[in-house]
Amino acid sequence: MAAVTMRLPQARGPVGAGAPRRAEKHLVAPGDTITTDTGYMRGHGTYVEDDKLIASVAGVVERVNKLVCVRALKARYNGEVGDIVVGRITEVQQKRWKVETNSRLDSVLLLSSINLPGGELRRRSAEDELAMRDYLQEGDLISAEVQSIFSDGAVSLHTRSLKYGKLAQGVLVQVSPSLVKRQKTHFHDLPCGASVILGNNGFIWIYPTPEQKEEEAGGFTTNLEPVPLSDREVISRLRNCIVALVTHKMMLFDTSILYCYEASLPHQIKDILKPEVMEEIILEARQRLLDLEG
Amino acid sequence: DLRVDGRGCEDYRCAEVETDVVSNTSGSARVKLGDTDVLVGIKAEMGTPKLEKPDEGYLEFFVDCSSNATPELEGRGGEELGTDIANTLCRVFSCENSVDLKSLCINPREHCWVLYVDVLLLECGGNIFDAISIAVKAALFNTRIPKVRVLEDEEGTKEIELSDDPYDCIRLNVEEVPCIVTLSKIGYRHVVDATLQEEACSLASLLISVTSKGSLTSMKKVGKGSLDPESIFEMMETGQRVGKSLHIALQKILDEEESLGTSRPKVGFLG
Repeated sequence: MAAVTMRLPQARGPVGAGAPRRAEKHLVAPGDTITTDTGYMRGHGTYVEDDKLIASVAGVVERVNKLVCVRALKARYNGEVGDIVVGRITEVQQKRWKVETNSRLDSVLLLSSINLPGGELRRRSAEDELAMRDYLQEGDLISAEVQSIFSDGAVSLHTRSLKYGKLAQGVLVQVSPSLVKRQKTHFHDLPCGASVILGNNGFIWIYPTPEQKEEEAGGFTTNLEPVPLSDREVISRLRNCIVALVTHKMMLFDTSILYCYEASLPHQIKDILKPEVMEEIILEARQRLLDLEG
Repeated sequence: DLRVDGRGCEDYRCAEVETDVVSNTSGSARVKLGDTDVLVGIKAEMGTPKLEKPDEGYLEFFVDCSSNATPELEGRGGEELGTDIANTLCRVFSCENSVDLKSLCINPREHCWVLYVDVLLLECGGNIFDAISIAVKAALFNTRIPKVRVLEDEEGTKEIELSDDPYDCIRLNVEEVPCIVTLSKIGYRHVVDATLQEEACSLASLLISVTSKGSLTSMKKVGKGSLDPESIFEMMETGQRVGKSLHIALQKILDEEESLGTSRPKVGFLG
């Protein structure tokens, strides 16, 4: 039976009205004066006009001794060595793949940076180059780690571990990179029955937990069997919870996603996206997180 | 029967409808269906009737796809999509009973009301045809056309007199106005109200315009894939069912808004 819900619009209240203000952060908008003191050096996100230091992006002011810079809250992903990213292959070039990772430039995955069947220290031959498309095609999703950064800011990736590789069945959620909390590990197996990869670039991959830890050849084989309905329900619920957390600008990490999931259990999956249900769930999750800290 | 966001195959996203948002139009409505945002304004102007229908008024559709809607619509990209939507709306409303055009006539063969329907696509989040048709119906419900009287002089020249009371106007009967239901074929099933990601996965879609009683006024197939005749029948039946519940929900919300009267808090665009 079709369900069509319509409503009259309501004026939106301030987002995160219940969040307590911990430390006073110096928030600026483009054009705001940061300081009129001329002794500071200007960093990223600032410019000097009429002896005043003015912000050029909307964000938080960070000061290190004499250097003042503004870190934007909504920006493209800036790669750091060691970050986990989830990306989509956009091009297959001669000895490398171009990967889209929500950053200013496309990231690069070199042929020498992936695991090929036949051992680690094989020399990449011409046949490997011709067979590149058999491993990764345009449109495939991969999980990888940042190996290094080029001088122009482009990121070089590698998948030299069995936990990285091509991603098979699951759901991708795209959020802002600043909302993903930096943690020790970004691969989480949630107790509710699904696993999640929190990419630092804002791409979050939710997939059903594999039954046994298969030792695949470099992680390039994809499992295309149909996923059972119970797993799909868990994944849909997680996806809606993540969307709810993002709408309320909360940091994403395994505990917050789990609390939000547990708070959403009494509701139907499609109801989570309704504004009033979303607020209720977020309030409960936020309360539990505060209790955890305090 | 479970989609990525938890909906069933026949469920719509939560929609927000508000009428009377633009003050200098005869009627307007704004509809937000998930991420899709559509604004419709209707202006009633006097014109001459068409030659083949001398005692009826008519509707003119114009669709403007804002460059903010999606990156592909930058610059001139939105014109093709705009004309496509306008032509679809013309076909949908070409059915005789959808709007009572005879009530738009002032003087047969000489004067009639022309309703210029302007659609502005603010944000494209999938399923634009449905959102536009809902907004057009809501705007037509909200339209107030001033009452005019025709006075005849001794020499035979006709004068049109507008009534002095600004609240003295005629409203349109929107019971037979159809709404478009888009059914997208994904794999072997079809879904209603596809999001952008679901539209990217579907190769073919069927646009059906359904009235509140369940009768179809027009049908159009879009997309580069093909549709089996059997699945077309199934999709038509689904479309009729979904269309009827869509009309019921929309009418309920329009009546609710009407009953709040002038004390309704107007949210508009800055709410």
